[in-house]
Amino acid sequence: MGSLFRSEEMTLCQLFLQSEAAYACVSELGELGLVQFRDLNPDVNAFQRKFVNEVRRCDEMERKLRYLEKEIKKDNIPMTDTGENPEAPQPREMIDLEATFEKLENELREVNMNAESLKRNFLELTEVKHILRKTQVFFDEAAQGSLVSYPQMADPSREEEQVQLLGEEGMRAGGQAALKLGFVAGVILRERIPAFERMLWRACRGNVFLRQAEIETPLEDPATGDEVYKSVFIIFFQGDQLKTRVRKICEGFRASLYPCRETPADRREMAMSVMTRIEDLNTVLGQTQDHRHRVLVAAAKNIKSWFIKVRKIKAIYHTLNLFNLDVTQKCLIAECWVPVLDMESIQLALRRGTERSGSSVPPILNRMDTFEEPPTYNRTNKFTKAFQALVDAYGVANYREVNPAPYAIITFPFLFAVMFGDLGHGLIMFLFALYMVLKEKPLQAKKTDNEIWNIFFGGRYCLLLMGMFSMYTGIIYNDVFSKSLNVFGSHWSSVYDMNYLMRNKDATIDPKDAYSSTPYPVGVDPVWQFASNKIVFLNAFKMKVSIILGVAQMLFGVILSLWNYRYFGKRLDIYLLFIPQIIFLCFLFLYMVLLMFIKWVSYEATATDERLLPTCAPSILITFINMVLFKPAEPSGNCDPYMYGGQGGLQKLLVVVALLCVPWMLLAKPLYIMRNQRKAHLPLNNHVNAVEENGGAAHADLESGVQNAAPAQQPAHKPAGGHDEEDLQEIFIHSGIHTIEYVLGSVSHTASYLRLWALSLAHAQLSEVLWSMVMRMGLQREGWFGGVAVFLMFAFWAVLTVSILVLMEGLSAFLHTLRLHWVEFQSKFYSGAGYTFSPFAFEVILEQAASSNDD
Amino acid sequence: MLKICGPKLSLCGLIISAWGIVQLVLMGAFYYVQSVGLAEDLEVMETNYKDADEFYADADKAYTQTAYNCWIAACLYIFTLLISGQQFYQNSRNSLDA
Repeated sequence: MGSLFRSEEMTLCQLFLQSEAAYACVSELGELGLVQFRDLNPDVNAFQRKFVNEVRRCDEMERKLRYLEKEIKKDNIPMTDTGENPEAPQPREMIDLEATFEKLENELREVNMNAESLKRNFLELTEVKHILRKTQVFFDEAAQGSLVSYPQMADPSREEEQVQLLGEEGMRAGGQAALKLGFVAGVILRERIPAFERMLWRACRGNVFLRQAEIETPLEDPATGDEVYKSVFIIFFQGDQLKTRVRKICEGFRASLYPCRETPADRREMAMSVMTRIEDLNTVLGQTQDHRHRVLVAAAKNIKSWFIKVRKIKAIYHTLNLFNLDVTQKCLIAECWVPVLDMESIQLALRRGTERSGSSVPPILNRMDTFEEPPTYNRTNKFTKAFQALVDAYGVANYREVNPAPYAIITFPFLFAVMFGDLGHGLIMFLFALYMVLKEKPLQAKKTDNEIWNIFFGGRYCLLLMGMFSMYTGIIYNDVFSKSLNVFGSHWSSVYDMNYLMRNKDATIDPKDAYSSTPYPVGVDPVWQFASNKIVFLNAFKMKVSIILGVAQMLFGVILSLWNYRYFGKRLDIYLLFIPQIIFLCFLFLYMVLLMFIKWVSYEATATDERLLPTCAPSILITFINMVLFKPAEPSGNCDPYMYGGQGGLQKLLVVVALLCVPWMLLAKPLYIMRNQRKAHLPLNNHVNAVEENGGAAHADLESGVQNAAPAQQPAHKPAGGHDEEDLQEIFIHSGIHTIEYVLGSVSHTASYLRLWALSLAHAQLSEVLWSMVMRMGLQREGWFGGVAVFLMFAFWAVLTVSILVLMEGLSAFLHTLRLHWVEFQSKFYSGAGYTFSPFAFEVILEQAASSNDD
Repeated sequence: MLKICGPKLSLCGLIISAWGIVQLVLMGAFYYVQSVGLAEDLEVMETNYKDADEFYADADKAYTQTAYNCWIAACLYIFTLLISGQQFYQNSRNSLDA
């Protein structure tokens, strides 16, 4: 079993595959998903590789499938997703697949083309139908008008020449020659009407007459399938010149013009024929649609598995493109990173692949030695995945470096809970996470694009722990939606009589008399909810707890660095870095934590010695500052400024030793390397073998992580000289930066842990404010109407609680926890400069393809 | 049956109602046994009394009144629970049909 504490051991392997068996073997490895292939021809561009043709064919097939899928989605046909995972088909099956897709695509294109032309036809006919119907209204109006003063415009009994715009009166009045009054009718998009009208008016100088009517029902555009609203128009004009002009304008506005008969009888006849043709077209259209539907339904059954097959083939050929061909052209050579523990299963997969391809020569898997840094592979399960992701988001661990993820599983939810401590809010979070965990399978199957939901779902186990720990800290803080629970009965009691209480608004309770001198069994005594100095009390408590937790976590981080040094055999770094670091941290900050405990234990209200009364307890912060500045503590009154005998002297010693650690960290390692180099140079001039004698020390240096020093240790290959100077300088600078970072970091990181207190205070206060501003409004309402007020206010309060206190505050506490882990904790031991193991796995490839397809 | 709320609103109503019933029944019980922790939210705490007995009498009354109010609100939430439950059921059935 691989362990979570370090990344998996990896090895570089060379893989010889027989040409015929290569495809099947790679397919098996893809199903297994434990092998990361390296590109052996990085200089060759994508078009010059061996299997370009196959990859192209797969691309083409994929394009066809996407087209099919689009058409299927257009018709809202459900695609059956059986969830089955077909194996990558044999290369010869590719031709069958290609043929199938080709046939389907052609059929579909033909059907679509037919449907489109039919639809265009249909649209034209419907437009004609509407024109006939609407223009009938215009002509009827005209006919009615003619009863009064106008002659019928298209009177068959008259010659066209005689029809005049102004009728007989006009002729009489103006005495003009009889004019021919023509008209065109057509259909135009409704939004173009105003511009169209204006254009006509201007271009024809107001000499045309436009009537229009809207078509109520939307028409379907055959090209796009959108529904468009159109209007029927009819334009009357006079003379041929205007006619051409009008026609041109109509063309410009993409209006479709239709011939329209002039006599009512002709129009009626035309309407009849149009109606019959529309009916005929409808039946034909219906049949075409049915055919299309049948084709698509048949395709929808298989499309998912087709997609998987094609993508697998493509991935295989893509991988084969990374391989080298050997001289005889008989076998392919691959290089790959492989987890050592999985060699067995990879061998098995390769054997399966060979058998499947019917080849007799088994593939050869050869371990290779390499100086390259192997990839980092942390085996995770659904529980540890979220925590590993949190760590990897900062930086992927170096190969075989200590992995902070297993510790984060506990520390992360715990530090979060310190800031988020509230039983009620923790319960909400816990229940939400519990729902996701219990309904895991159905929720997983229901894939959504909702990114926020996916984040929550991915971190469901993290959320579950965070909720649980928040409930625990909520009990410790004794906070449920800012109210305290009095489960065991307060251990404080009132010592004042009624008289005193009636006179004084606030009364001070002295723990000497009022406190039962045994603590409340779990957490904070509920009596503090009413104390006006509640915040002062809790602040002192929470600040100290934050520092204690912080120092503990940082110490743990430094100790983890010891594991790193030991694992990588850097014995030197243990003495030159780890020991001064841990001394520095312990003598200053762990000592401060000790002072806190001493203060908690030794001072009490019932003490007989007056120097141990609470009023005499010295401030930890002032003591610490005085200690660092070598200032003697000043006694005030009868109190002793020191907590125990000899404190002043011990503190001086601690600070001096801690300060001595700074030059130790800064100079020891560079000086040591420098001395070793000199030693290595001198004997070299006389005797090459002297290096061997010095090997122990030189070797330790070689591995000490300062890579720049490495070439300097091999003077046999490189001329020593200016290079060494530069390297040394770099070592000094490096160690200087490192030391400053650590020393200043210890101070600022310790202070940084105070965010635990600050966020926790903010959270408690915010929830209290919410309760007193919202919930109280409902509760204080007098009379029976109060029930309704409580009902309304509770809903409001509940929504605000979830949105502000759980979501927003939760997010902020989460981010602060993340920072504490990334910066304060991991900076002590984690370099995070590795790269992830990304094996060739169909699972991953299919998932990526599916998600990119959905976008 | 009539469909008023969408799937999300009905789910939201369902959750708030269930939460409301649990919390308000509990709060009502705590007010009924005159829990000191909840006294801050009573009107009587904000008025000045000259006489302790008068204060206690009023506080007792306020406690019971608020307890009843909480229970009334809890009953109202039972009502909304039923409505949103029905709506939720309706919605889930509709989505199955579609």
